Amino acid sequence: MMDRAETMRRVAVIGVGHSTFGVRGDVTLQELAWEAIAEALKDAGLTQKDIEVSVVGVVGTREYELMPAVPVNDYAGLTHVGPIRVEAACATGLAALTTAHNYVASGMADIALAVGVEKMTEVDTATSLAVGGRAGNYLWEFHFVGTTMPAQYALYASAHMARFGTTEEHMALVAVKNHRHAARNPKAHFQYEVTVEEVLGSRPVAWPIKLLDSSPISDGAAAAVLASEDAVRRLGVDVPVWVSGIGYSSETPNMVRRPHYVGLEATVRAAAMAYKRAGISPTDVEVAEVHDAFTIAEIMAYEDLGFVEKGMGGKFVAEGQSDLGGKVSVNVSGGLKGKGHPLAATGLSMVYEIVKQLREERERGRQAPLKRYVGLAHNVAGIGHQAYVVVLRR
Amino acid sequence: MALTSLKEKIDEAVKQQLRLVDAVVGSTGFPIVPDQKTGDPQWIDVRELPLRYMLSLGGARKFFEGLAGGKLQATRCRACGTVYFPPQVDCPRCRVSDVEWVDVGEEGELVTWTVINVKPLTFSHHGDYVVGIVRMPIGVNVLAWISVGDPSGLRPGQRVRLVVGRREPEGYVTYWFEVPH
Repeated sequence: MMDRAETMRRVAVIGVGHSTFGVRGDVTLQELAWEAIAEALKDAGLTQKDIEVSVVGVVGTREYELMPAVPVNDYAGLTHVGPIRVEAACATGLAALTTAHNYVASGMADIALAVGVEKMTEVDTATSLAVGGRAGNYLWEFHFVGTTMPAQYALYASAHMARFGTTEEHMALVAVKNHRHAARNPKAHFQYEVTVEEVLGSRPVAWPIKLLDSSPISDGAAAAVLASEDAVRRLGVDVPVWVSGIGYSSETPNMVRRPHYVGLEATVRAAAMAYKRAGISPTDVEVAEVHDAFTIAEIMAYEDLGFVEKGMGGKFVAEGQSDLGGKVSVNVSGGLKGKGHPLAATGLSMVYEIVKQLREERERGRQAPLKRYVGLAHNVAGIGHQAYVVVLRR
Repeated sequence: MALTSLKEKIDEAVKQQLRLVDAVVGSTGFPIVPDQKTGDPQWIDVRELPLRYMLSLGGARKFFEGLAGGKLQATRCRACGTVYFPPQVDCPRCRVSDVEWVDVGEEGELVTWTVINVKPLTFSHHGDYVVGIVRMPIGVNVLAWISVGDPSGLRPGQRVRLVVGRREPEGYVTYWFEVPH
C-alpha cells in the first residue's frame, strides 16, 4: 500500500445530520436531503457560505429524478460549491465521505459537506428488487438465473451454515438485537421490537433468508460536515471526531469468480487498510455500525472486520458480545435492518451514529460505554462488490 | 410464456392502476393520488419511460453459438492459461487478447444454494426456484438453477449434472443442473 498519510492533513467531522428514515411519501427527494443538511450545518454551527465543496451521494434509478445531485444541491443552497456526485451502490455514503475527506486532507478545501440521499419508494417493490438483482452482472446472473440481492446473500448464508454450523436462530438474534436498538432510535424506520420466533416464522424471501432477516426499502438522508485541523482550531470546535483511517476495496461482481462464500474479501481488505492507517487493531474498536443488509451480513462482518475469528460470528451474537456494552457495541442505531437502508444515505447515517456515540450524546439505553473512544463504520456495495471501512476517534 | 404474453400480463396490472389515475385526472386535472397508508399526495409520473436495453454481445457471441449447440463454454487465455467464466475475450492478467473456447464439463460439485421465493417481476410466473453455485472440473464455478424436487436434501459437495436446453414457458435456451438419481 502506498501510504502518503504523513503528507495529508488531519480531517475531523464537525457536524452531522440525519433525516427520519422510512417510507417518506410526505417529502420530495430535495426536502429529504435538506432535513439532513440543515441539521448537519446547525450541528457544525456553520452556514452554506462556509462550505467550500459539497459532495452529493445518490445511487438513483429508483427516483423519478434521474440526475438528482444538482437539484438536491441547489435546493440546499449549495449551488456554487458543487456538487461532486458520487455513486458506489449501497456503499455510496462512505464513498461520499471519503471524497469529501480527500478534498480537505489534500488541502483543496478547508470545509466540505457530504450528503447521501435516496428515495427508494418511488418505484414499486418488484421493480426495486429487479434493479438490485441486475446489479453487477446482468446477463450471466439476472437474465439466466433471476437472482436477487437477498438471493446473493442467501448463497453466503447457506455456505456459512454448512461450513461453520451457523444457524437461522443466530441470524434471527441479529434482527432481534437491531430491532431493539431501532425501537429506541426515533429516526429509525422500524419503531418496534421483534422476537426470535417472529423472525423464524416470517415469510421466506430466499432460503435461509426471511423477511425479518432483511433490511427494508427505505427513504432517507444523512450528512456530515468535515473540516481541516486548522478550521477546527479556528472555529473552536468543542468535540471534533477525527477521521482516523479510511480503507476501501472491491471484489469481482461475478458471484462465480469468488474464492469462497463465507465472507466478504472486500471487507477484509478495506478493514486491514483502515486499521493500518488508523494505527489500531480490531480489538480497539468499541462501537461499530456494520452493513447488515441481511442478518447473515452482520455475522460475516464480525468476522471480516476481525472482531472474532472466521466462523465464530454466530456464537459472537449468541453470547451477546455484539450487544450494547458487549465486546463491541454493534449497530446501536438499529443498523440497516432496523433503521432502514436508503442506499446512499446508509454510510453517512453510520457516521452520524458513530459521531454521536463518540460525543456521548445518545439517548438513554442506546449510548455505548466507551474507554478508548474508537468507532468504526463499515459500508458495503452489493454483496461485497465494494467495501469501505472508516475508523473514527474522538 | 412468450415475451409478448408476459408483457400483456404485466401491462394488465399496470392498466388497472392507470384507470384510477385517468379517473382522478378527469375530476381534478392532476395525476395526484393520496398515498394508501398516509394520505400524503403522490404525483403519478404520466411521462412513462420504457427502459428496454440492447446489449452488445461483443466477444461473448461465440458463447451463444456454443450454447445453441448444447455446450456451455468458458474461455482460456492462450498466453497465461487463465480460465474465465463468464467468458471474456480479453485477458487483463497478461494483457493479451487471444483466448480459446473450452467446455466447462458435464458434472460438478455443489458449493452453495438458495431457494428464491420472492422473485423479480419478469420471473414471477415461475414457481420458487433453486439457485446454486457449482464447481466444475476445469476450475470454474457456474451459477444456475438446480432442478430438484426437495431442496432440503441438497448437500455441499454433492455431484450434479449440467443440462443445456430450453426453459419453458419462455423457450429461452439456457443451462441448469440436475441431481442424478
